[in-house]
Amino acid sequence: MAVDYAALKAGGFMRQKQKNTFSLRLRCVGGTVTAEQLAVIKQVADQYGHGYIHLTARQGIEIPFIKLEDIDDVKAALAKGGVEPGVCGPRVRTVTACQGGRCCPSGCIDALDIAEKLDARYFGRELPCKFKFGVTGCINNCLKMEENDFGVKGAYDVSYDEDACIHCGLCAKVCRENAITFEGDTLIFDESKCSHCGRCVKSCPTDAWKGKSAFRVFIGGTFGNHIITGKELTPLIKDEATLMRVADATIDYFATHSKKGERFGKTLERLGTDELQGILEAAAAEA
Amino acid sequence: MAEISLDQVENRVDITDVVCPVTFVKAKVALEELDPGDLIAVHMNDGEPVQNVPRSIKEEGHQILKLVDNQDGTYDLIVRKGEEE
Repeated sequence: MAVDYAALKAGGFMRQKQKNTFSLRLRCVGGTVTAEQLAVIKQVADQYGHGYIHLTARQGIEIPFIKLEDIDDVKAALAKGGVEPGVCGPRVRTVTACQGGRCCPSGCIDALDIAEKLDARYFGRELPCKFKFGVTGCINNCLKMEENDFGVKGAYDVSYDEDACIHCGLCAKVCRENAITFEGDTLIFDESKCSHCGRCVKSCPTDAWKGKSAFRVFIGGTFGNHIITGKELTPLIKDEATLMRVADATIDYFATHSKKGERFGKTLERLGTDELQGILEAAAAEA
Repeated sequence: MAEISLDQVENRVDITDVVCPVTFVKAKVALEELDPGDLIAVHMNDGEPVQNVPRSIKEEGHQILKLVDNQDGTYDLIVRKGEEE
């Protein structure tokens, strides 16, 4: 019987150069793997692979040197520990994320929670070409959102309450955009310069600066042969429901406008971003 | 609250002679020797220390009362020690 490599690839089995041998990509979200999952991954790597795993460039795990005849046994063994195969090929890939606000002092959003929701919504969806989501907790951008087809940066929608301010000047010191200045004891905030990083909020001794979790989205990025930097086509997104509407509209646009095998960034180079920008602004404005 | 000045603060710690992350560690150790409610002035350099140390002190549950710009590339952060957890 002929081996259906496309089906195996869709199921996370990457054909190796060695005959009838596969590197099995596992489904990981935001680089999070439980101890229970690790235990079964270890067992499978020992029993069916070569006793090691490979950490992929996108926070995933692959188990190399799985034999064709063992594929069903491997899937069954992994399932017992709550581990599923990942995907390769023209579909929605692993969603990457940092630990975000759950652990990191800089985090403005729960990046893992958003990654899990994006994964549940889109993972494995068939598309004209691969499509990568990433989520990073803040504007420090450790996860490099501009290299994703849809990259989400955590941000703060900031506000200032003069009555609570002790005019210590820390917010002006920590602001990297020079959006905050003092004229004597009067604070001047130039919102047009604000990157929504939230450093003013996090440093403010009296909580005169307040921040509400928000999102900045970067679209159409890719690395590889021809590097394209993701573009920000929407203003600050202030709630999760809006983020999901923008994600839906983006992926629908990609599904209907990209040629087979064409990365989103290339599609946007071919068509321009004006039409998509209009669609996304409309999606963001829906209530 | 009356405006507090540096000469009202008895306890001092100078973190201008160390670099991150020891800056915060040195300030934290100094704070641990105090009682809740005590005041301390943390003497720090401009740049990375003044951008990050105050935030870390706030996250530890202490109250920042004032940042004094000494106009010589250093700052004094006046901190009131928070309650023990």
